[in-house]
Amino acid sequence: MKKSQLVFLVILLFSLLVIPFWGSEYALDWTTKTMIYGIFALSLELLVGTTGLICFGQAAFFGIGAYAVVKISANQTTPETMYLLPISILMAGLYALFVGALSLRTKGVYFIMVTLAFAQMAYYVIHDTPIGGGTDGIYLYSKPTLLNWPISSSITFYLFTLSCLILVLGFLGLITHSRFGRALSGIRINEVRMRAIGFETYNYKLCAFVISGMIAGLAGYLFAVKDGYVNPELLSWHLSGSVLIMIILGGLGHLRGALIGAFSFALLEEFFRSEFIFGSFAKHWHLGLGISIILCVALLPRGLFGMPALIQTKFLGAKNPDDIEQAQDNN
Amino acid sequence: MDLSTFFIQILNSVQYGLLLFLVAAGLTLIFGIMGVINLAHGSFYMMGSYLAFALSPIVADSFGGGLISTLIIGVLIALVLGYILEWLFYSYLYERDHLQQVLMTYGLILVIEEIRSILVGDDVHGVPIPDWLSASIQLSEVMNYPVYRLFISGVCIILAIAMFFVLTKTKLGMMIRAGSVNREMIQSLGVNIQLLYRLVFATGIAIAAFAGMVAAPVSSVYPGMGQGVLIICFVIVVIGGIGSIRGAFIASLLIGFIDTFGKVLLPEVAGVLVYIFMAIILLYKPSGLFKAGS
Amino acid sequence: MKKVYLSLVLATFALETPLAIAQNQPPLKVGMMLPYSGTFAALGNAIDNGFQLFVKEQGGKIAGREITYVRVDDESEPSKATDNINKLIKRDNVDVVIGTVHSGVAMAMAKVVNETGTTLIIPNAGADVITGPMCSKNIFRSSYTNGQPGYAMGEVAAKKGYKNAMTLTWKYVAGEESVKGFKESFEKGGGKVTKELTLPFPGVEFQALLTEVAAAKPDVVYSFFAGAAAVKFVKDYAAAGLNKTIPLVGPGFLTDGTLEAQGESAQGMLTALNYGDNLNTKRDNEFRLAYVKQYRLQPDVYAVQGYDAGQMLAVGLNATKGDITKKDDFAKALRVAKIDSPRGPFTISRAHNPIQDFYLRQVVGKENKVIGIASKSLADPARGCNMQ
Repeated sequence: MKKSQLVFLVILLFSLLVIPFWGSEYALDWTTKTMIYGIFALSLELLVGTTGLICFGQAAFFGIGAYAVVKISANQTTPETMYLLPISILMAGLYALFVGALSLRTKGVYFIMVTLAFAQMAYYVIHDTPIGGGTDGIYLYSKPTLLNWPISSSITFYLFTLSCLILVLGFLGLITHSRFGRALSGIRINEVRMRAIGFETYNYKLCAFVISGMIAGLAGYLFAVKDGYVNPELLSWHLSGSVLIMIILGGLGHLRGALIGAFSFALLEEFFRSEFIFGSFAKHWHLGLGISIILCVALLPRGLFGMPALIQTKFLGAKNPDDIEQAQDNN
Repeated sequence: MDLSTFFIQILNSVQYGLLLFLVAAGLTLIFGIMGVINLAHGSFYMMGSYLAFALSPIVADSFGGGLISTLIIGVLIALVLGYILEWLFYSYLYERDHLQQVLMTYGLILVIEEIRSILVGDDVHGVPIPDWLSASIQLSEVMNYPVYRLFISGVCIILAIAMFFVLTKTKLGMMIRAGSVNREMIQSLGVNIQLLYRLVFATGIAIAAFAGMVAAPVSSVYPGMGQGVLIICFVIVVIGGIGSIRGAFIASLLIGFIDTFGKVLLPEVAGVLVYIFMAIILLYKPSGLFKAGS
Repeated sequence: MKKVYLSLVLATFALETPLAIAQNQPPLKVGMMLPYSGTFAALGNAIDNGFQLFVKEQGGKIAGREITYVRVDDESEPSKATDNINKLIKRDNVDVVIGTVHSGVAMAMAKVVNETGTTLIIPNAGADVITGPMCSKNIFRSSYTNGQPGYAMGEVAAKKGYKNAMTLTWKYVAGEESVKGFKESFEKGGGKVTKELTLPFPGVEFQALLTEVAAAKPDVVYSFFAGAAAVKFVKDYAAAGLNKTIPLVGPGFLTDGTLEAQGESAQGMLTALNYGDNLNTKRDNEFRLAYVKQYRLQPDVYAVQGYDAGQMLAVGLNATKGDITKKDDFAKALRVAKIDSPRGPFTISRAHNPIQDFYLRQVVGKENKVIGIASKSLADPARGCNMQ
């Protein structure tokens, strides 16, 4: 691991571990929620940033993970996480397998549209058929335990989510540095060349798609358990769009970028909704958010992660950003 | 379902499909010719409706004009707005990749919705149907078909024919079709690509706004009305083939049928049907039904 | 000079005295979680206005505590509801929450306040489950349950001699519960609901379903839509000529706040709701005058419900002398209270839902004129509520 990555990890862990002792209950809640979105963003980062597959339907896997918890634990009061979590992940992964197998036959903008279509399909199934609870959603009445220990209090659930985040980060870090991960990067850079060398790119892409779907399902599981309430909007294209914004905001191509993006996006939303700063205009917070999104995409092509490099090139006359990029390497 | 009901449902499908076509046509042109994914297209449909709502009293008071004058003035305003927007915002999107376009236009949706909220508020509004169009045709003993809906269908068909004419029979149309197939080529042939883009863009927006204006009396004017239209229109564009007007036309009608009959025959899966249809088409024809420029 | 000096002294005295009194009790933080944007924004604003009007009439204080507001726009988005209410309760530390319009959002809110114990007064969302299995001593409603207006209308329809009916609504909790209420009383009165048509929420393409109605030719159609969809539906129904042969009835939402946009198409329609225009009682006239004076808008049922949420808060708070933590006393006071509402006096059921008259209204011009009582002192069955 590079020094910058290690530093980042240490700072991240430190600040996240400090919050339970230092922060209010609201801060705990907010950070748990943002960590869940961080896991969600990481799942998309694997697809978009590493493999170059722009999926506009990630929310479907997120939502399926969330609904799976609710449906499977419907009649129990304290179901066991150790079997509930893998099942939710599996369900999300199965749908990802189905969607991936079919969508990966298309390319470019059609791929974007097809993934959107499949997400919409899942949305409508949950929204309109008796499988989901309809547009008003369903309550999760149970509180899952971990190996028969209760983990539903704010602090214990926070720590559980944090552990999941670290595990996912570690897992994705391993993948991206492995031969498999290098192959994915190769596919992103030039798929034809990879095929020419002899890689079965379809299989690699499908694999990445399923892994990504499963991690999104994990995030969905955590979301459902935390809120105790799921609703079809968890599969909406708005959410798929938001998580895309998160990883672009943070910086594509870096796992850290996904986390930075998730936290920044959440902070940005808080900022614009704050009545303290904007007074009664705060109810028009979508305006500020929209403008920020536009400016960010326009001015920060490498996201917040690339800001130091951008400042170096634009203001300090350093070398070409691509050189810096290559020196920093992926992740 | 008896014959008269079936016939009315066909009319419903066609009318719905044609309205969708107007919005989708602009979208496919912008997408096909300029390569820009414009997520904010639904917002222009909404702008049209709000324009109709705001303009009709003004037009009525200042010179006693009715629907036709409102439409004409509205389209002119939309053209100007589209021109300005292209110059200010969209021209920066041409060189960017699809993901950036998606996100920037997504941000634009938020901005437009909020500006609408600030300027006009959040109430629901109605636009009156002009008297000369407010009759109904008796189709069965209980059901009428409003003449205004036939008017909408008629207007859409006229516009569609006009579009076909311009695209296939005029020089401008030729440039547009060529541009959607190979942008660099026509640039090197000396066509002022900037002006062309601006024109196409303004027209695409104006057509979508026109759809909103003409639909306003029957669909009422309310916040978020663009969202429902947007996704369906993307589906239409993708099924029809990006950049193909003919494709958009056929796809719109198909979607109109599937949606209308789906609601009646299989209400629980009606929402999903459209997407299943799109997925099936894309898997057999990954680039849509028709090629760009047709 | 002396005069100026004297008036200055008096002025400072006048300013200081209320401040001094206010120092005794800390202000009461009221969290308003309502849709301030999106399709239901007009309703959210009306509720906010109504609530504020009541507080203003009390001089800005209830039970000696000054009212301060914290607002959150819930966007009628159930997926963000838990976050939004957590923000109010855990970050802004509000004492009371008022909200909301959308039943899905309210459901998420109910779950949270059941855990935190915060007092919640719901000024619209009618989901049965909230005063059903989710009922608790700190949740109250100043509006209705979704089934009540339907039940009232069903009674009227049966009494009018209609034998078969079709229903048409969105496929979501509010729609289903509304239709269930109608069906219950209509079939009890000797009628039969032959077909229940639904449209996925929030679709507004009604043509296909209207054609179905025309083909089946029932005696009456009961329909529930709200907001923009209500406008479009009533207009579409009239445009299809159905209003001439098959009467359309529904809960008042079909015609409340929508008449300006609906125009001719709504004329003569019968609806049932816990409020109406030209009730012409002293209380209502005072309220309407004050509301128009303050906001330059006509009040509607949402404004009344917001206003009454304020009244309910006042009743409970006065009983506990301003102590919001005394939940039992708060609830006890409300259970025996008679709220003097602009809609007419109402009491509160065991499950904390209003027991009120439902009026039969007819659309005349731009008003929903009250022409009679559809159902007197209608309570909701509160199935599943285990509160004593």
